[in-house]
Amino acid sequence: MNKFFKTLAEKPWEESQAKIDNEHLGKTLSLSKYKLGLRTIMVVSTIIFSFFIIAYADRMLIHDWRSMPEPWLLWANTGILILSSIIFHLTKIASDRQHNDKIKKGLYFIGFLAYTFLFSQLLVWYQLLNSGYYAATNPANAFFYLFTALHGLHLIGGLYFLGRTTSKFLRNNSKVQEIQHTIELCAIYWHFLLAVWIVLFGLMLFT
Amino acid sequence: MSDEYEHKLEAKSDYVSDASSGTSASDIDKLPPAELPDQELYHSHSWWTTYVFSQDAKYIGVQYACTAIGTGILGLVLSWLMRLQIAFPGLGLLEPSAYYQFVTMHGMIMVIYLLTALFLGGFGNFLIPLMCGSRDMAFPYVNMVSYWMFLVAVLVLLSSFFVPGGPTGAGWTLYPPQAITSGTPGHNMGIILMLVSLVLFVAGFTMGGLNYIVTVLQLRTRGMTLMRLPLTVWGIFVATILALLAFPALLVGGLMMTLDGLLGTSFFMPAIVSMGEQLKYEGGSPILFQHLFWFFGHPEVYIVALPAFGIVSDLISIHARKNIFGYRMMVWAIVGIGALSFFVWAHHMYVAGMNPWFGFFFATTTLIIAVPTAIKVYNWILTLWRGNIQLSLPMLFSLGFIVTFLNGGLTGLFLGNVTVDVPLSDTYFVVAHFHMVMGIAPVLVVFGAIYHWYPLITGRMLNETLGKIHFWITFVGSYAIYFPMHYQGFIGVPRRYFEIYDSPYIETSTMGLNVFITVAALIVGAAQLLFIYNLISSARLGKKAEKNPWKANSLEWQTPEMPPAHGNWGKEMPKVYRWPYDYSVPGAKEDYIPQNVAPSAVTEAKVEKS
Repeated sequence: MNKFFKTLAEKPWEESQAKIDNEHLGKTLSLSKYKLGLRTIMVVSTIIFSFFIIAYADRMLIHDWRSMPEPWLLWANTGILILSSIIFHLTKIASDRQHNDKIKKGLYFIGFLAYTFLFSQLLVWYQLLNSGYYAATNPANAFFYLFTALHGLHLIGGLYFLGRTTSKFLRNNSKVQEIQHTIELCAIYWHFLLAVWIVLFGLMLFT
Repeated sequence: MSDEYEHKLEAKSDYVSDASSGTSASDIDKLPPAELPDQELYHSHSWWTTYVFSQDAKYIGVQYACTAIGTGILGLVLSWLMRLQIAFPGLGLLEPSAYYQFVTMHGMIMVIYLLTALFLGGFGNFLIPLMCGSRDMAFPYVNMVSYWMFLVAVLVLLSSFFVPGGPTGAGWTLYPPQAITSGTPGHNMGIILMLVSLVLFVAGFTMGGLNYIVTVLQLRTRGMTLMRLPLTVWGIFVATILALLAFPALLVGGLMMTLDGLLGTSFFMPAIVSMGEQLKYEGGSPILFQHLFWFFGHPEVYIVALPAFGIVSDLISIHARKNIFGYRMMVWAIVGIGALSFFVWAHHMYVAGMNPWFGFFFATTTLIIAVPTAIKVYNWILTLWRGNIQLSLPMLFSLGFIVTFLNGGLTGLFLGNVTVDVPLSDTYFVVAHFHMVMGIAPVLVVFGAIYHWYPLITGRMLNETLGKIHFWITFVGSYAIYFPMHYQGFIGVPRRYFEIYDSPYIETSTMGLNVFITVAALIVGAAQLLFIYNLISSARLGKKAEKNPWKANSLEWQTPEMPPAHGNWGKEMPKVYRWPYDYSVPGAKEDYIPQNVAPSAVTEAKVEKS
């Protein structure tokens, strides 16, 4: 922030400033463009979910609100997400150390966990719909379906990039360097989705 | 640079700039060796990937602009039909439902699908890489997808004209509950298609916005600090940040309302009786939607205005041959307006009923935002002060912009006060205000910018005579349209009424004015068609433009070829030695020194201290 204000105070027309500016290499932040892109996406997603949370908090106060039961499967799914975050962290470490075998196993396992999670979330939907908790019945239900659907969509987006990374790795097995960065980015995204899920799940749990 | 991955990736690039080949060995030009390797670039191989599914930001910009302008013409035709209906209700030209549908579509098209898409998608894509001195956007593929999402969004929007019930007639604010209850035109399919189209637009825009942010921050050429960027880039950059923060509110509101309409959830729908029948909805909050909508809707005004501010600053500076007055102040004002724009949204909701202190807060912030805005207007005028003003077309449009923006801004000050707003709200005064400030004013900048950058895009100049006709009709004509509307508002003529001819409380002068406004609107609209003709015919028949025809400093005019080729710069990336406003520098031979001219080439020029 301080740096930002300092930048805004520069006088680009002064000769002394021009000397400094001529040395400038053209990058504002020492990040790769991919990492900055990912951060931008995460900021936008955070804002989207924040608006939903605000809407949830506002709607909750009206008398017709009936909280929804949390099936035990949701706890299991939370566990799956935590586990896949841990595995991703380990895979990232493995990719830093260039342990090809561990990376491959890690990527497969993460993919498997992600699909299991998605399938299991659908199972929760199926259970709830079967016991009469429709979206139209109560806003609490509607928010639950909305939250899980959006979170799932985010995960599917992540899976697309994870799939690309994995296939790239399988195609030229020896070049870990080429996927190190994407593994790191995917790992950050997975942790982000875990955090989002914990906030949303906690919100639904405690209200 | 700790990022090994990027090094590896970029090392593969086709262009490798070699710092040692710099010719001028003079001491004052000393630059560090290129530590950053050149950007990798996608090269197209077939006709399809060059011209249709292009990943070149310049093509994408032109695609965006053409789609946006095409949609805008539809918006223009809709406004003609509405004006004809208002002036000559006896003709029975439009059904009430059609009138509301046209009002809605006109508003939505003009604000989002024309202005937002044109400024950010069109000018943003074309100018950001060129002005920052990079070869292309950061993620060209994502950029391409962004355009195609936008096109699909437009097609979905237009398809709503052909579904049963027609497009939605809920007004561009789409307020529930009326947007999805029977009685409102298009309450079934129309509104759903509108919401889906908006969601697609937001998704597509987020991809584009991601590119603008990363390109401006990370892919500038050497020597290009943030404070050496032209104000155009600053305007587009800050507007993009606003859009990325504000569009999610629209997305959230849109998704929830879609579910209300499709699944019967009650996010925004209260318990309601419609046509004598109790609907199944219960407990939803329409006010919540208004908050979400305007949390998007007000920044949206500045998403349109900030790029216009930036572009007009550059146009004025270039065509008055003077550096922009108070460059830093201009940047601060852009950033300040951007930040403040998130704290004024509820001034659109004064009549929705709110705590008086809440209204007081928003009236105060609204008046505060006038301060940086006024600073900008003063700075434009001070830039013109004793400048060598060239009355070229871009300058004419810029001058028109200043006057119009001032006019619309002043009526905004009235409306920002709760006590003044309450009686004026929902009258033609509001219509006149927002058309002046975010309709005519930005559109004048769009025209100025197109006359200015058309040679860069096509290599030819637009026809000057047609342009002058276009300018004078548009400028004088818009005042003929909107000045009477202010008066109509004062005497209480309500907006959104599809006919008012013999209502007893309406002054008789209203009818004559309505006819006058309609005639003016038809003429102004026809002048825009003249402009479109100019755009199309000049691409082939226009006078060939010399290189850098306006003698501008910013980098987009300094490309080796004009129009710039794929990759923008030849073998070597440009190096920037100065800010883009070195016009009429004392002692210099030419009255302009481009950004990439080394100090050794202009030793006689004295740096201006201000």
